[in-house]
Amino acid sequence: MNDLLPALPLSSGPPASGFLSSDLLSSDFLSSDFLSETVRALPSIAGGLLVTLEATLLGAALALVVAFALGLAALSRRMLVRGASRAVVEFLRGTSLYVQLFWLFFALPMLGFRLEPLACGVLAFGLNYGAYGAEVVRGSIAAVPAAQTEAAIALGMGPGLRLRRVVLPQAYALMIPPFKNLLIQLLKATPLLSLVTVADLTFRIDQLRSATGGTAAAYLLLLLLYFGVAVLLSAGMNALERSAKARLGQEGGGA
Amino acid sequence: MPTEPTAPAAPDAPGPVPDKVRFDGVTKRFGDHTVLDGLDLAVAPGERVTLIGPSGSGKTTILRLLMTLERVTGGVIHVDGEPFSHMPSGPSGRGGRGGRGGPGGPGGKLVPADERHLARRRRHIGMVFQQFNLFPHMSVLANLTEAPVHVLGLGKEEAAERARELLALADKADAHPTRLSGGQQQRVAIARALAMRPDVLLLDEVTSALDPELVAEVLDVLRDVAATTDLTMLCVTHEMGFARDISDRVLMFDGGRVLESGPPGALLDDPGHERTRSFLRSLH
Repeated sequence: MNDLLPALPLSSGPPASGFLSSDLLSSDFLSSDFLSETVRALPSIAGGLLVTLEATLLGAALALVVAFALGLAALSRRMLVRGASRAVVEFLRGTSLYVQLFWLFFALPMLGFRLEPLACGVLAFGLNYGAYGAEVVRGSIAAVPAAQTEAAIALGMGPGLRLRRVVLPQAYALMIPPFKNLLIQLLKATPLLSLVTVADLTFRIDQLRSATGGTAAAYLLLLLLYFGVAVLLSAGMNALERSAKARLGQEGGGA
Repeated sequence: MPTEPTAPAAPDAPGPVPDKVRFDGVTKRFGDHTVLDGLDLAVAPGERVTLIGPSGSGKTTILRLLMTLERVTGGVIHVDGEPFSHMPSGPSGRGGRGGRGGPGGPGGKLVPADERHLARRRRHIGMVFQQFNLFPHMSVLANLTEAPVHVLGLGKEEAAERARELLALADKADAHPTRLSGGQQQRVAIARALAMRPDVLLLDEVTSALDPELVAEVLDVLRDVAATTDLTMLCVTHEMGFARDISDRVLMFDGGRVLESGPPGALLDDPGHERTRSFLRSLH
């Protein structure tokens, strides 16, 4: 297939450094060498994939807790609580995830707290995405019609009961699509882990790249792996969304 | 009369049987807009009162104030002869868990009710809304049993039994509320309110959102409620036939005040004010 391409200007780039120009289009792409190296590295890649999944899911779980804590606080009747929540959300959203992670990894030990690198990642993801999630929680709760709360008041339900039994179950369905976006974004932020010595998927594939020199093939594999994980997470969230909507009697709810 | 005799009447209650509901100079403002202006209104136990008048005249606000969905701007609402919108302050004042202690004056002083006071007192009041406001995430039966189970502490079976007594659910028990017709939904909403065994029932334009052919089934249910219970009822409606059937008294509102009041026959057939006459004409 090489002889189809020489006319393209792409192939005239500097050797070995360009992405499309060299690797992808040269016979080195998917060389037998790369394939055999990849097969040999499969356990290490699988290990990296597990670490990435672990960081994503633990980070998301922590983000969910942070999102609910900050989101509910943002709706408090006490101004001080609302203000504190606001400030924390703004701070966490207004500072880069990259810097937060580096701060936890490099600066915190200087203050005498040393966390495992993966724990730094989970903490940074949880706080950063939790702050974005807090807006989702707050907005979804606010989007439940006030008439629902009024109906609950008219039935003598107190604030806790109203929130738990009437408002949150309806807000929950509204939260899922934006949470899905955040989850995918969180997944795509996990390669930052490789910068703080965590052997995640990106780290492992990078090792493979160094070992084989197959830059284009290695990174293409990496793209596809992240994409595969994203598709799976997305499918899971879609299933959650369908069941939540069915419970609200919207499209396809079993009567 | 509903079963439980309430605590002895407050010293300022007039007569041996306190009014079920009494508005004392109640004012309600939204920003610059005055909806109710020093309203005085007393409703006797078991009395059925219908509020009529042009939209924006404050009828619905009266119901919303009684349901504690709004707070009064001025004046005091009493229920069963005790302050409802307010509560006594004083050194022994409840609700002092926060930093906000009462002014520490003598016990007779009234301060706006806190959430706990309202939660305790609103138990005996129920409301049916124009838009039904059924819980969309619950089955019809769960709509009816939710509050009896979680607020009154009834067992699930007992609550379901109570629900079936109030509403012939037939095959609709597990249905989703949105699968029902508007008339059916409103009947569920009425049963939901009655399942809490209130002694005051507030009806806020309960047929206004219904297609004309569905109005009758809802009004029939309410006529039946009126005939078979001793509920005190406050009703905002544009259905004058219904008002005539169930009311002991009709109040014509205009501009946040009671323009005139009287038994339905007298007021609806022979209104004293031109404003009332033109309002009644406008309904046809």
